[in-house]
Amino acid sequence: MSNRPVDRRAFLQEMAAGGLLIVATATGCRRVQDDLRRIAGRTDTPEAGGPPLTPAVYLRIGTDGDATVIVHRSEMGQGIRTSLAMAVADDLEADWSRVHVEQAPGDEKTYGGQDTDGSHSIKDFLVPMREAGATGRAMLEAAAAQQWRVPVTEVRARNHQVVHTQTGRTLDYAALVPIARTLPVPPRESLRLKPASEFRFLGKEIPGVDLVDMTTGRARYGIDQHMSGMKFAVIARPPVYGGTVATLDSSAAERVPGVERIVRLDHTPPPSAMMPAGGVAVVATSTWAAIQGRKALAITWNDGPNKSYESVAYRARLEQSVRGSGHVGRKQGDAARALGRAVRRVSADYYLPHLAHAQMEPVSALAHVHDGRCEVWAPTQNPQEARDGLAKLLGIPASDVRVNVTLLGGGFGRKSFSDFILEAALLSRAVGAPVKVVWTREDDLQHDFFHTVAAEHLSAGLDAHGAVTAWLHRSALPSIASTFGPGVLYQDEGELAMGMTDLPYDIPNIQVEAGPAPAHTRIGWYRSVINIPHAFAIGSFVDELAHAAGKDPRDFILGLLGPDRTIDMANVGVTGKESNYGATFAEYPIETGRLRGVVELAAQQSAWGTPLPAGQGRGIAAHRSFLSYVASVVQVQVMPDGSLVIPRVDIAIDAGFIANPERVRAQLEGATIMGLGNALSSEITFSGGRVVQSNFDTYRVMRMDASPREIHVHIVPSDSKPGGVGEPGVPPTAPALCNAIFAATGRRIRQLPVGNQLSKPERATPVA
Amino acid sequence: MAPVSFTLNGKPATVDVAPDTPLLWVLRDTLSLTGTKFGCGIAQCGACTVHLDGVATRTCVLPISAVAGKTVTTIEGLSSHRDHPVQRAWIEGDVPQCGYCQSGQIMAAAALLAKTPHPTDADIDAAMTNICRCGTYQRIRAAIHRAAQGSVT
Repeated sequence: MSNRPVDRRAFLQEMAAGGLLIVATATGCRRVQDDLRRIAGRTDTPEAGGPPLTPAVYLRIGTDGDATVIVHRSEMGQGIRTSLAMAVADDLEADWSRVHVEQAPGDEKTYGGQDTDGSHSIKDFLVPMREAGATGRAMLEAAAAQQWRVPVTEVRARNHQVVHTQTGRTLDYAALVPIARTLPVPPRESLRLKPASEFRFLGKEIPGVDLVDMTTGRARYGIDQHMSGMKFAVIARPPVYGGTVATLDSSAAERVPGVERIVRLDHTPPPSAMMPAGGVAVVATSTWAAIQGRKALAITWNDGPNKSYESVAYRARLEQSVRGSGHVGRKQGDAARALGRAVRRVSADYYLPHLAHAQMEPVSALAHVHDGRCEVWAPTQNPQEARDGLAKLLGIPASDVRVNVTLLGGGFGRKSFSDFILEAALLSRAVGAPVKVVWTREDDLQHDFFHTVAAEHLSAGLDAHGAVTAWLHRSALPSIASTFGPGVLYQDEGELAMGMTDLPYDIPNIQVEAGPAPAHTRIGWYRSVINIPHAFAIGSFVDELAHAAGKDPRDFILGLLGPDRTIDMANVGVTGKESNYGATFAEYPIETGRLRGVVELAAQQSAWGTPLPAGQGRGIAAHRSFLSYVASVVQVQVMPDGSLVIPRVDIAIDAGFIANPERVRAQLEGATIMGLGNALSSEITFSGGRVVQSNFDTYRVMRMDASPREIHVHIVPSDSKPGGVGEPGVPPTAPALCNAIFAATGRRIRQLPVGNQLSKPERATPVA
Repeated sequence: MAPVSFTLNGKPATVDVAPDTPLLWVLRDTLSLTGTKFGCGIAQCGACTVHLDGVATRTCVLPISAVAGKTVTTIEGLSSHRDHPVQRAWIEGDVPQCGYCQSGQIMAAAALLAKTPHPTDADIDAAMTNICRCGTYQRIRAAIHRAAQGSVT
C-alpha cells in the first residue's frame, strides 16, 4: 500500500488480492501460537533473528519488520483494537498490512488504565498510542541515519521504509530493527507527531482487524476458551440479592452423568461489590452435564431482607421520594421563588425501569489456579480490577495472577464486574483443575448488575413569552455506589452530573435534587449509565415545554441553549471531581454552540419541519454526555393498533476529533438500536426479591423487524479534543422517540417501556 | 449413550454423548467448533444457528439424537475460503461490532438466500429474527440485499 489516503475500496481490492487475508491468517496463526504458549505456560514471545525493537509498551517491531501493537483496552464491538492500532501505525509510518494487534493482559502499572468503560479509550490513549508510534519511527530513522552516516534530518520514514531524501535510498524497517534496538529511546518531548494533513489511517475508513475472523467463526470470546483437562461449571445462585443456601440435597445431581463435583461457594453479604453471589456450583465434564446437574439440585434458600423487593411498590416509593425536596446537587438563582412567580407552571413525572445488559455473550471465564498462581481467560472490560480481585481472593500477589483478555461478546458495562472471573478461580482452586464457568441466559438476566430504576420529577416556570424562567429537577434512583458501600441512599455527584447538574440550558433559576432511594439489588453501569433516566426526563420535558409554549421543539431547544458560550460549571457551584466524566471543565467545558450544531444538523438532515403522512411524527432530543454532543431525530409511524414503525432516525454527533469514522458510525447506529430497544420493550421487574424475566422471551430487546428502516449518522468534523463515542448516542434516542410519538398521536409517554401503552386507551393523567 | 453419526461440514462425524445433549454443546464442547455460539438456550436468539440439511436451525434445543444421518453445516464449513457471498457482503459492509451473534446471523442469511434469492425487506424481517445487541440490523439488511444482487466486490 502506497503513501496515499487509504480508502475502503482500495482495502477491499487488496483483500481480494490476498493482502488482508494474509493479515487475517497471520492473526489466526498468532492465536494458535498464543494457545500453544499458554498451554506450555510461557507468555514470552519468541522472535527469530534476535530481540524485537520495543519503543514503548504498546509497540513491538520484530526483525521481520512487522509491527505488533499491544492494545490494552478491551474490544467489545467498539473497534478499539483497530482504532488504537491505527493511531500507532500512523505515527510509525507503517504499512497497515504489516501491523498486527496483540491484546495486553491485565497490568495497569505497565499499560495504564484498562477499565474499558466511560467511553474514554480514545480520549485518554489516542496521544500515548501516537507517541508510541512516533517513538518507533524516530528510532528507525535514527538507525537509518547511522547506517548511511548521514544527518537524521536527511531521512524520513514512509510506509515501513526509511528514505534518504537526498539520494532516494531506502531501507525497510526489517533491516533497521537490529540497529534501532541498540539506540536510546528518545525523550517524549523530542517526538514529532504528524500533522493531521499527513494522516494515512486516522480519520480514514479502515476495516476492522477482527472483521474476517468475526465472519468465519474464528473470533474467540471468553466462552470459547478451552484447556486440556478443563472442567465446566454452572452455578445455582441465590435468587434474591444477599440470600444464602438454607438446605442442599445434591444426591440427584451427583448421579447425573458427567457431573464430578458439587461445590458450595461462599456468600458475601450486601453490599457485595464485585464478589460472587455465592450458591452451589456443579462441576462437570461438559457444559450440558453441568446444566443438567444443576437442574437436579434441591436447594432451599434463606432469602434475607431483599425478599420484600417488589417493583410495583418500589415505584410508588420512588415517586413519593421525588415529591419532597432532596439533596441539592445544583442551585442557581431561586427556582422555588421563580416557579411561584411564573406565568405558567408545567410539571411532569417520568419513570424508567431496571434494565439488564443482555450482551449476547453471557459472562463466562476460564481459570487455572495451580502452584500458588492463577491464570484466567475472560471477556473482561476491567482486567486490572480482575487481577487485583483475584490476588485478594486467593491471597497471592498480583504478580502471580495473569488475566488474559479475550474478545468480548458485548459488554455494555456488565463485564466491568469481575464476579464471574472470581467464581471460576474459586472453583479451579476447589477442584484442582482448570474450570470454565458458563452463565446461562437465565443466570445472566437474573443475576445481573442491573441498570437502576428511576423516578424523575420536573417542574418549570414559563414567562409570558414562553421563555423558561425556572427549572426544578428531582431524581430518585438507587445509586451504583450502593453496590460498593453500605447505607447509600442517594445518587452521587457523578451520577447527578449525567444530565442534571451539567444541564447546559440558559435558565436563570435552576435547582437539581436527588431523592432517597435504597437499593435492593445489585446496581451497575449500563451503556450511558444514569444519562438514561436523566436524559429521558429532560428530553421529554423540554418537548412538553415547547408544546406548552406553542413553539417548534427544535426551535425551543435552540432557545433554551441561548447564545453560544463556554460554560465552566464551577461558576454555578458544580465543582466535584466527578462532575465532568473525570475531566475538568477547564479541559472540557460545556460548549453550547456544539450542542446547537448537532441539533441543527440532525434536524436539517431529517427534513425537520416538512410534512409527514398522517399517523407519523418526528421527535427531537439533544444531550451532552461523555464529553460529546449528540442530537437525535426519530420519525415514527403509529399504526391504528398502537404498534410502531420507525421509518428513519437521524443522529448527529460532535465528539471532537474522530479517529475511526467508520466505527463511530457503527457505534451510533448501535446506540440508536439500544436506546430504542430500551425504550420500546425492555424491562426488568422484581417480585419477592426475584427477577421476573428469565430469557429473551420475556426480556424483550429490539430485533430486525422493529428496528428503524434507516439510521443516518452525521458526524461533525472537528479538531477539538476527542470525547466519547460508545455511549453518548444512547441518551437522546428514547426521548426523541417518545417526542415523535407525541407528535404523531398527541399521546405523551412518561413511563418506559412504551410496551403496549399505545394499544390501550389513554389513562387520564393528572394535570399539574 | 449411543454413538450418533452425521455429516459435519462435508466430513463424517461420530459422537458418543448423552442423546439429549443439544447439538450446540456437541459442536462446542465435544468437537471444539466454537464458531457456533450460545446465547439463550431456548431457541430465542439464533446465535447457535447452523444449517441442518440446508435449513437454518437453532441448535441449542436440537438433541443430538435428532441429527443422526443428517448433514450439518456450521459457520466453519460455510465456505472453504471465507468467500461465501454472505461472508463477503458482511466484510464489505463492516457488519460486525462485537461479532458474537454474527455466525448465527450469517448462517440464517445464507439459508434465507438459498431459499429466497431476492428477498424483500419483509422476507428479511421474517427470516432474520436473530438478536444482535450491538444493533447491526441495518447493516445486516443491507448486506443481505447486496449478496442477493451479486454486487459484492
